[in-house]
Amino acid sequence: MGKIFFKEKDLVVPGDILAEGIDYLPSGGCIRENDNIVANHLGLVILDNRFVKVIPLAGKYVPKVGDTVIGYVVDMSFNGWFFDINGPYEAALMVKDVAEFIDKDMDLAQFYNFGDLVITQVSRVTRYSNINLTTKGPGLRKITGGKVIAITPTKVPRVIGKQGSMVQMLKEKTNCNIIVGQNGLVWVEGKNPNDELMATEAILKIEHESHIDGLTDKMKEFLGEKK
Amino acid sequence: MNNDYIRSLLEKGKRIDGRKLDEFRKIIIETNISKNAAGSARCKIGSTEVIVGVKFDMGEPYPDRTIIVTAELIPVASPDFELGPPGSKATELARIVDRGIRESKCIDFKKLCIKEGEKIWMVFIDIYPLNDDGNLVDASVLASLKALSEAKFPKIVDGRIDHENKTNNGLKLNKFPITTTMYKINGNILVDVNNKEEQVVDARLSVSIADGNIHALQKGGNASLSVEEITKMIDIAIKKEKELASFLK
Amino acid sequence: MSYTKRIDGRKFDEPRKMEAKIGVIPRADGSAMFKIGDTIAIAAVYGPRELHPKFLQNPEKGILRCNYDMASFSVPERKKPGPNRRSTEISMVTEKALLPVLDLNQFPNAVVDVFVEIVQANAGTRCAGITAASMALAHAGVPMRNLISAVSVGKVGDKIVIDLDKNEEDYEDGATDIPVAMTGNHEITLLQLDGEVTKDELLKALELAKKGCSEIDKFQRKALKEFYKGVKDE
Repeated sequence: MGKIFFKEKDLVVPGDILAEGIDYLPSGGCIRENDNIVANHLGLVILDNRFVKVIPLAGKYVPKVGDTVIGYVVDMSFNGWFFDINGPYEAALMVKDVAEFIDKDMDLAQFYNFGDLVITQVSRVTRYSNINLTTKGPGLRKITGGKVIAITPTKVPRVIGKQGSMVQMLKEKTNCNIIVGQNGLVWVEGKNPNDELMATEAILKIEHESHIDGLTDKMKEFLGEKK
Repeated sequence: MNNDYIRSLLEKGKRIDGRKLDEFRKIIIETNISKNAAGSARCKIGSTEVIVGVKFDMGEPYPDRTIIVTAELIPVASPDFELGPPGSKATELARIVDRGIRESKCIDFKKLCIKEGEKIWMVFIDIYPLNDDGNLVDASVLASLKALSEAKFPKIVDGRIDHENKTNNGLKLNKFPITTTMYKINGNILVDVNNKEEQVVDARLSVSIADGNIHALQKGGNASLSVEEITKMIDIAIKKEKELASFLK
Repeated sequence: MSYTKRIDGRKFDEPRKMEAKIGVIPRADGSAMFKIGDTIAIAAVYGPRELHPKFLQNPEKGILRCNYDMASFSVPERKKPGPNRRSTEISMVTEKALLPVLDLNQFPNAVVDVFVEIVQANAGTRCAGITAASMALAHAGVPMRNLISAVSVGKVGDKIVIDLDKNEEDYEDGATDIPVAMTGNHEITLLQLDGEVTKDELLKALELAKKGCSEIDKFQRKALKEFYKGVKDE
């Protein structure tokens, strides 16, 4: 038998005891300490069958294989590029992992130059914080124009919404192109600065209020007012 | 990251936060934020925040001892500030603040005299940015002036300073040398840049004005400024003096 | 002479009035202000971020770096800006106080930087700094298995008290100052003492510290939770 000490979506603080007994298992944002499951992140706690999970409200991006991330080139070597992906570590894109064919003697800067923004995918993460990216895949490419907003990576699911519903609504209401990277970098491109400003404000508002219920309706209202 | 975006927006006369080129962010000034200081103030411009504390000490009368301005760019305020003694950025900030106050003679040095020829009050103005979102100079000057105008001399007991007890006498500034910094980005002239805009500034000019007179200038940045641009900047500074001075009343 | 009444009238087991605010430094990854009596501490957390110079990196897990600093005007007699021996020592004990609850295994070669600035000082500054830093670390999303709360206890005259203020620290009949930091379940991570006490007095003081830290722990949790509730007013 076990006991649960929270209601769904309660805000919990590191050290808060979430559950007691061996029936429950920690599945992210919490750990087992003796008989108890204890939060080790500031976040919202949910129960999924026997799994207790805390969704953090903050934290740096921890790369996972398969994540689509937006990064920009900060360095180059003879066989690849290094990207800032809004986290504690730079990520590497090797020549062999690029969709285009690159000959030995070609100038790498022709393809991706310093400061270029690229949509990539995380292909490998080692224990010692080496991250490899790839642009071999659908939709992975260099992007030009527009602007980039940085939000807390843990809020990305809220900006995307269930099956992409939130980001789709944002695109429609603001008339902007929006691509959301799992690493918290969001690319916005609109037909004019006012639309881009509106999209930016909407995304930042979602980030700010991600833990509040009824956000989708609230955002619809917010964007309706703005127009 | 967004450098090109900021420049391209300016081509259309716009800024990333929707402000006009000559528009300051919201300014808030509070006093008495640190009780042990003789006078203290906090100035917020947007989310840039600077606190200043004024302390008095006794010393022998030397010209470089009257006002001592120090700025500490503590790492609390920005991921780009490192631990260590004041570097060139901190030193320049302190010296710009110092120049405006000293050259405008807003402090009556006679008031600093304790015993003629023997002892004077030394005025320490210590500047601590707490959050750097651009335009530290203007915020530092406003906070410094406010802290100075609120500062009260400590009591002297048996020839020694009693730092824990204040008198009712203060400095009474006779004018406010307001500093406005103008920034040039891609040929456009702006005031009050935020941190992101600061990354793309080509050149800047800090102008210290009191009662319509220019008391200090400091040009920074790698690009040059034409006489026309400087003239334009001075005009803006003269306009802004009244606007910013109202926050000190 | 017996210390029968505290100089500011508090009960012997009563800490000074507290105030906490989360997110006071927007540029930081996490931040908090903690005020206890007339002592005000601000803590800013940056990281995990890449650590330079490379020779400081630990390939197995991230490291914690703390720096404690007092504003020159935070104390009655102006303190020359910059570090001194005292602030160097306090930086170190602050790090030792916070590290036991942090989980930095996910961040090899990286650093979590904690900067504490004392804006106004009236005793108990290192404890206020640690208390603020703990909230700032949680706000930054650094994985931690518990919060850390810190308070000073001690002996003033002949009485064991909690949260000595400056007058009590300087008490002419002698005072012993004991800064203590604990996790939410009373594991001690900071313990210092200077003065003179018997073993029994020390144990009594630690019991009082447990009580005080629990009170501060409750206060920190409330501040963190309220920060996310009060979003509408921004």
